[in-house]
Amino acid sequence: MLTKFFFMLREGGLKPSITELLTLLEAMRSGVAQQNVDDFYYLARSCLVKDESKFDRFDKIFAAHFDGIEEGFKALVAEVPEEWLRQQAELVLSEEERAEIEALGGFEKLMEALRERLEEQEGRHEGGNKWIGTAGTSPFGAYGYNPEGVRIGQQGSRHRRAIKVWDRREYRNLDDKLELGTRNIKIALRRLRKFAREGAADQLDLEDTIDKTARNAGILDIRMVPERHNAIKVLLCLDIGGSMDDHVRICAEMFSAAKSEFKHLEYFYFHNFVYESMWKDNRRRHTERIPTTEIAHKYGPDYKLVFVGDATMSPYEIVYAGGSVEHWNEEPGAAWIKRLLNTYPKAIWLNPEPEHRWEYTPSIKLTRELMGDRMYPLTISGLDEGIKRLQ
Amino acid sequence: MANKKFKGTSSYVATDDLMMAVNAAVTLERPILIKGEPGTGKTQLAIEVARALDRPLHEWHIKSTTKAQQGLYDYDAVARLRDSQLGDDRVHNIANYIVRGKIWEAFASDEKPVLLIDEIDKADIEFPNDLLLELDRMEFYVYETKRLVKARHRPIIIITSNNEKELPDAFLRRCFFHYIKFPDKETMHRIVDVHFPNLKKTLLREALEAFYKIRDVPGLKKKPSTSELLDWIKLLLAEDIPPEALRSEDSRNAVPPLYGALLKNEQDVHLFEQLVFLDRRMHTR
Repeated sequence: MLTKFFFMLREGGLKPSITELLTLLEAMRSGVAQQNVDDFYYLARSCLVKDESKFDRFDKIFAAHFDGIEEGFKALVAEVPEEWLRQQAELVLSEEERAEIEALGGFEKLMEALRERLEEQEGRHEGGNKWIGTAGTSPFGAYGYNPEGVRIGQQGSRHRRAIKVWDRREYRNLDDKLELGTRNIKIALRRLRKFAREGAADQLDLEDTIDKTARNAGILDIRMVPERHNAIKVLLCLDIGGSMDDHVRICAEMFSAAKSEFKHLEYFYFHNFVYESMWKDNRRRHTERIPTTEIAHKYGPDYKLVFVGDATMSPYEIVYAGGSVEHWNEEPGAAWIKRLLNTYPKAIWLNPEPEHRWEYTPSIKLTRELMGDRMYPLTISGLDEGIKRLQ
Repeated sequence: MANKKFKGTSSYVATDDLMMAVNAAVTLERPILIKGEPGTGKTQLAIEVARALDRPLHEWHIKSTTKAQQGLYDYDAVARLRDSQLGDDRVHNIANYIVRGKIWEAFASDEKPVLLIDEIDKADIEFPNDLLLELDRMEFYVYETKRLVKARHRPIIIITSNNEKELPDAFLRRCFFHYIKFPDKETMHRIVDVHFPNLKKTLLREALEAFYKIRDVPGLKKKPSTSELLDWIKLLLAEDIPPEALRSEDSRNAVPPLYGALLKNEQDVHLFEQLVFLDRRMHTR
């Protein structure tokens, strides 16, 4: 019974491991939970979920499993088509499955079946399941990805997104692990580290000690130096909403990787392009905006500026005053980005769109020109190159 | 001895889910990771668990410069170098210069101890990874003396985190996890009751009312937490403020008295005053 629950959790996008399941079973055998569903619920949550932003999802799966409501679970899956898809894709990829696929009439047929199933679920969803996610604090929660959070108030783009992501994934990402994992990003970002000695002198400087002791006729003269710290400062500006929906997960991973890597990391969000203000909290993007000039004044030129955005929009949004899709901007985005680049000589733009498409999107070309060609794809190699440029 | 269950103490209110998580961790002798908003009693939990189960408590407070090794032991090479210069006899035994860390102390304890590793997220990202084996097997090796230190009794390890850094998966897998969510009104009532048993009912009600109203103000940088509420009530009692003064319907007294105890941030205080001012204008019109 628990194995089924375990696999439902994994299908629902949580990632409990086998050791965690064994811990739960061990705890149950030792009688921690006294034959009581409430106790079991608390115990299972404590064992299997290690991130409070996933509690809500766990609750839903738990309810679906233990109330025997299969429908509830389906609705849950329908809410996360992308993750569900990825799970399916991973399933498809496993060796045993591969044999089965052949038996079913090949890969293409299977993909077709999957697509049909997805559409079916779309239908069911439109039939009136609740849509509002409760998990949404910001779309970038502790582990980053929070589909419910992003999609509130964006039903319109969801359909497009589901299909587009679907189309994008059809074959390419299946056997080709192009996606950046958090770990990969961390390793790439690590190159950006620059060590400097700062703070209290608490480490023995061996060379200087030997030198000074020798000069002191052999009487010990201990020399201390401060520890080396990563002194890198990063200002991260993330595009959010609209055309970036497709890339939100990758950006979230990038963000969560960056968060733990630097001591000074400031992040701001913008929509499509940089204008006179940005924001830090997506829930209050309309009330709590921070003027871009204030950002440029507050964070010195020793910060490295990293934009993450697909730069896919109408060129008007970049070059004309009032071109923004969200508000009336007095000055064109191009002027603002020039101002920022003047303040921050070390700057790059990371673009999650595949590089070969850049040529065909005028706004990407335009942005790339504005950035002085410092635009890199959001892949490991692209990140590597970009970071070299930042050093 | 039969395992005693943790049920909260006379000065600490534990919710059912917290009790379950703690008891599971105690029974299975695994570490438990506690997360939650600042001021919800994460550190206090370890102290109360030690008290309730009658165990000695070892506290290890983590700073940004703390290394995992420091929890095990330190080899004081500088002292040894100095002693060698001065011709001290101690210098021949390296064990004289091995200084025990908090984990070693807990491992060497005569009875099952409680070990608090406070604010683990303050340290470097590799810190939790460096402790995996030690927390798993409860043993470590001292290279200088070639000695294996094993825990005499597996300690109850309570780890707290403020979520400033992500913790590695491998580490999380080895822990039980509990998130102390902000207490609802009823739990808060119990918490305040535990701390101030003789508080007048009306004052408590009005204070909680005002407190949750302030927490609901949008845009606050740091929302007041349980510990701030307790401080505030202590002040209210000390100043002997009548419950009526807390009622915000009276537009002249719209600002709760002594709100400095609740709002710790200059911008928050400013924002709050502005809101109260606006509110007052609306009322007088």
